[in-house]
Amino acid sequence: MANVAFTQNIQRHVACRAAKAAGSSVREVMDNLFASNPRARAYVLDDQAALRKHMAIYVDGQLIRDRVHLSDPVTESSDIYVFQALSGG
Amino acid sequence: MSDVILVSTRKGLFRIVRASTGWQIAVADFLGDNVTLTLTDPRDGVSYAALDHGHFGVKLHRSTASGWEEIATPSYPPKPEGLEENDMWGRPLPWSTARIWSLQAGGGGEPGVLWCGTIPGGLFRSADHGESWELMRSLWDHPKRRQWMGGGADLPGVHSIVVDPKDSKRTWIAVSTGGIWYTEDAGATWSQRGEGMRADHVPPELTHDPIAQDVHCLVQCPEHPARMWIQHHNGIFVSSDEGRTFTEITGVEPSTFGFPVVVHPRDPDTAWFVPEIKDEKRIPFDGRLVVTRTRDGGRTFEALTNGLPQSHAYDVVYRHALAIDDTGDRLAFGSTTGGLWVSENAGDHWAYVTHTLPPIYAVRFA
Repeated sequence: MANVAFTQNIQRHVACRAAKAAGSSVREVMDNLFASNPRARAYVLDDQAALRKHMAIYVDGQLIRDRVHLSDPVTESSDIYVFQALSGG
Repeated sequence: MSDVILVSTRKGLFRIVRASTGWQIAVADFLGDNVTLTLTDPRDGVSYAALDHGHFGVKLHRSTASGWEEIATPSYPPKPEGLEENDMWGRPLPWSTARIWSLQAGGGGEPGVLWCGTIPGGLFRSADHGESWELMRSLWDHPKRRQWMGGGADLPGVHSIVVDPKDSKRTWIAVSTGGIWYTEDAGATWSQRGEGMRADHVPPELTHDPIAQDVHCLVQCPEHPARMWIQHHNGIFVSSDEGRTFTEITGVEPSTFGFPVVVHPRDPDTAWFVPEIKDEKRIPFDGRLVVTRTRDGGRTFEALTNGLPQSHAYDVVYRHALAIDDTGDRLAFGSTTGGLWVSENAGDHWAYVTHTLPPIYAVRFA
């Protein structure tokens, strides 16, 4: 199962502990992960289940390419990081 | 009479209370977070706060006996497969809540009913105190909705919701830009209202088209629902027939440009505005912060200045940042530069509360 870790910034709003989740794509991993933490889902994904505009997901050090369908492949040993972009204000 | 004001700011929600020594900041909630709007439901006293976390999206919270709890955020249904929807500028129009731009309680006979207007234009209704929300498909699927355009923001949005106090099936909303829309069957069907408004930012053949109107704020006199007031991008307009037709008010000094308007709860002829110079110069005229008030239905106006800064004031007051309580005597407003003022005598005098708050987005009596 892939290892998934979340930005510290999100923890202030909703608990998102590092966890392992099964799946062969980012979508499958996220669906499995959020099944037990549905509130966190809306912090990462928008109404259409696409990655929020200023969020970023890295798989094994690479930014995912498919921000809409999250179809980027994931292996059993992948490390996934859910981060947010920098911003001002 | 309300002794509590909720002030939504870029960096938190501030609860202002009336003490023996004057109005004071009592509590700061969500400190550091972007609070864009609140509603306190007059039927049960429960408050709702809209937050915009930027990266993490828009969220909605509800007050409890011990603080706040996050509840469902109005969210759009799955976009039909293959549907490509662009806005009037040709840019993709996302089916996703970008901002909660209006919150309104339903009628007295329908406890738990709430309305929520959003950017990019969806109107939502809850029947369970915000536990769940349903997109008003009758309006979202209306073919003319596609003609709404960005105005106050890049994408169109519903910023004003007016529920008839005597018949809650009758509801008006205002859109920037998209004019006024009306239902008399609790949202089953919608029709355009608002003849008589004027839009200078479109070609002449569209100037008087009701859907082209950039209404900044729409309010209705609770005791006399036929009377509506509008602060519009092109000035001040008043209706005496429930928004079917509007008449433009001109010749108001120092200006008719601005964002908010409030109307007296019982006197339909009394309304307040906070003017700025004009569209392309959005600051108070000559650095003097004033509130304008009419007490005769718009025939004459007074510029109220007592207690307000009269030199080098650059306060801008957003459309939800001017409030009136149910007595009609108390008003409060907050500005983009963090200033907050309260009047206890209908605007004759303004007491300065603070000028050090973060940028203020909304002011509401609780």
